[in-house]
Amino acid sequence: MSINTKIVNDLIANKISFVTTVPCKQLAGVIDEIDRSPDIFHIPSNKEDEGMGLCAGAWMGGKRPAIIMQNTALGVTLNTLATLIQYYRMPLPMLISYRGELREPVACQVEMAVHTKALLAQLNIPTYHFHKERDADELDAILKYTFMCNKPVAILTDASFWGGYGDQ
Amino acid sequence: MIRSEILREIAPILRDQLVICNIGLPSQELHMIDDQPTNFYMLGTMGLASSIGLGVALAQPKTVISIDGDGSVLTNLGTLPTIANNVADNFILLIIDNGSYGSTGDQPTYAGKKTSLTAVARACGCENVVECRAEETGKVLQDAIDSKKMTIIVCKCESGNIKVPVITKDPVVIRDRFMTAVQS
Repeated sequence: MSINTKIVNDLIANKISFVTTVPCKQLAGVIDEIDRSPDIFHIPSNKEDEGMGLCAGAWMGGKRPAIIMQNTALGVTLNTLATLIQYYRMPLPMLISYRGELREPVACQVEMAVHTKALLAQLNIPTYHFHKERDADELDAILKYTFMCNKPVAILTDASFWGGYGDQ
Repeated sequence: MIRSEILREIAPILRDQLVICNIGLPSQELHMIDDQPTNFYMLGTMGLASSIGLGVALAQPKTVISIDGDGSVLTNLGTLPTIANNVADNFILLIIDNGSYGSTGDQPTYAGKKTSLTAVARACGCENVVECRAEETGKVLQDAIDSKKMTIIVCKCESGNIKVPVITKDPVVIRDRFMTAVQS
């Protein structure tokens, strides 16, 4: 089974049926699988804070949501995380492409990578870092934990986890 | 008419519907005029009333009305293409467009100048966009509910505020009673 299929299967097994995405090259395979899945309503958003609003609404409407995004967008979501997701105590798994880590070809991506874990820690957001493929074995438990405690939870997936960037 | 007068007039229509209400004075006014468990008051996060409302509408079958402002829609302008391309016929976006940022001291918005949110919504692909005068809001809103078609209403009104207390309800209480109302 591909890692993309494993991730989407874990989402479905945890009854996640509403996923919003902002594109990322690393997460493209997961986004494709989500788009194809009959068990998940896929709604692309134009910006990550908008996506978190959609997820908040879907959860209050009775569906389990998730957001797929890049770590570079963390800055634009801080207010939404604090004043919507955390303030109203809502669960939100955030599957995040951790750009700017080892094997990153684009220097500018490093500028947000160095702040990523610090910002998440400052917000007291439980954070898991997938570096090797077997780290994804914990995804099922992380998703259960998220909906147990009604918190946003970050899953950072770096380039090594995804097998690098090929020939770049 | 100003926003609080519109809210007072449409309160009997809103009472039976799920309502996501915009941050600041709109939520405070609705809370004071007719607090209902079916109202979700935004205490922060400017701009996301339409996104939250669309999310609720896509997740369940009851009618959802997001009460937004022109300034807040401008803050989250990307919401209009998302709404247009993910049609939920149980969703109504009511933009109370007074051409100003009411909660912060009535500074003018671009919607009160050259920018038409009605034209923007249409250009984004929204199919049922109705612009109306403040006095027509009740009828237009009821027609939108009865049509069972996703509708964007741009209600042009005067700017102006009344004195209202802040909402002191705990956010988790607001959210929990709203979710209970959704499921009832």
